[in-house]
Amino acid sequence: MPLPYDDAEKFTAYAHPERLVSTDWLAEHLGDPGLVVVESDEDVLLYDTGHIPGAVKIDWHTDLNDPVTRDYVDGEGFAALMAAKGISRDTTVVIYGDKNNWWAAYALWVFALFGHPDVRLLDGGRALWVSEGRDFTKDVPNPQPVDYPVVEREDSVVRAFKEDVLGFLGGQLVDVRSLPEYTGERTHMPDYPDEGSLRGGHIPGAQSVPWARAANEDGTFKSRTELEEIYRHEKGLSPQEPVIAYCRIGERSSHTWFVLSHLLGFPNVRNYDGSWTEWGNAVRVPIVRGEQPGEVPSEVPAR
Amino acid sequence: MSQSAAPAPLPEALAAIVEDFNALGEPDRLQLLLEFSEGLPELPERYSEHPELLEPVPECQSPIFLVTELEGDGGGNGTDAVVRLYFSAPAEAPTTRGFAGILHEGLDGLTAAEVLAVPDDVSDRLGLSRAITPLRLRGMGGMLARIKRQVREKSGA
Repeated sequence: MPLPYDDAEKFTAYAHPERLVSTDWLAEHLGDPGLVVVESDEDVLLYDTGHIPGAVKIDWHTDLNDPVTRDYVDGEGFAALMAAKGISRDTTVVIYGDKNNWWAAYALWVFALFGHPDVRLLDGGRALWVSEGRDFTKDVPNPQPVDYPVVEREDSVVRAFKEDVLGFLGGQLVDVRSLPEYTGERTHMPDYPDEGSLRGGHIPGAQSVPWARAANEDGTFKSRTELEEIYRHEKGLSPQEPVIAYCRIGERSSHTWFVLSHLLGFPNVRNYDGSWTEWGNAVRVPIVRGEQPGEVPSEVPAR
Repeated sequence: MSQSAAPAPLPEALAAIVEDFNALGEPDRLQLLLEFSEGLPELPERYSEHPELLEPVPECQSPIFLVTELEGDGGGNGTDAVVRLYFSAPAEAPTTRGFAGILHEGLDGLTAAEVLAVPDDVSDRLGLSRAITPLRLRGMGGMLARIKRQVREKSGA
């Protein structure tokens, strides 16, 4: 049985308000049977410095990625992870994390690859919970292992691969990296180390919408009206047509995927997780430099 | 260089830290890193009030700043001057703080010559490469490189 939805007024305007909960809602429901709270951060140690009481940690690097191939865990790996965290298929999962829920949205997107039915984000994430002075604990819960079915990962609905993107040129591509990454001035985020891309720039035709524009100062999502203003009016993205979002390794674009699909209700949004660390290293793929989306080549070299 | 060459020796305190990490299983290594993060000393006032005196380390995924001081005869010149290390990193960046804490405990109080002799691959020897992304581990190397550069400049080595 899923937990009741948060009927906070702000959420009612979103296309899928059932994908968000407020800090008030979470404080009220902490400890309810059928609810598991998951923290997912960029910093692997942050959870251990203190977390929402009862929350379990899921690390994007060690838990969600395959340790060898550049890919996510498979159905068996995901089932084992869920079982160990006390999550069954009918559990309501609320995910939160640092940095505007950046990595939390990434984790949520991986949950979506396995079609977990009820998974929600905590609006405002860890930072809001902290700033509101709510309870934190260092106690790490020891969940009773439960059964989680092995569900095959579904890569065709919300995930895009390089070949998909090559076939999609001319469609609605959204580049959610910082502007200097988009223009090609640099191949990594300002203040972040280089992850090794041989070429800088963006995929031809991609619009630049840095991911954090969707968040308020306090880490909560902007209102539906504000989001419509950015994505629909300023950038002219249409929900009638499919969208593919990308960034550097697919984490920031998970956040934008969440915004477009769950808050604005775009029915067909995929995240290209190979993103710039694949595209910027691939041989003979077209690249545009500068601030304009650029021309889409009429022909893409054989691949 | 033959493949069987022994790894370059570490100063005693750093060697002990590396040994402690490797004696533990993986989850406990992260706990130990957390302890180093919590043990990182606060900045003295002369730096907390003048953060511009610290050098940023852009190789790290989280904001961190560091500065070195050399103590000894003749105002701290020379390679036998004693090195003091100061770091500033936010509590929301415990991994980065942990690396800073390791370098502080491992290097603070050594001579300039000893600091300059520290091999650059220390971060690879902590047994953290599975639990922590290579990118973050490289950040620790970035801190060490900057410490060594400052020490080299200040000691005239």
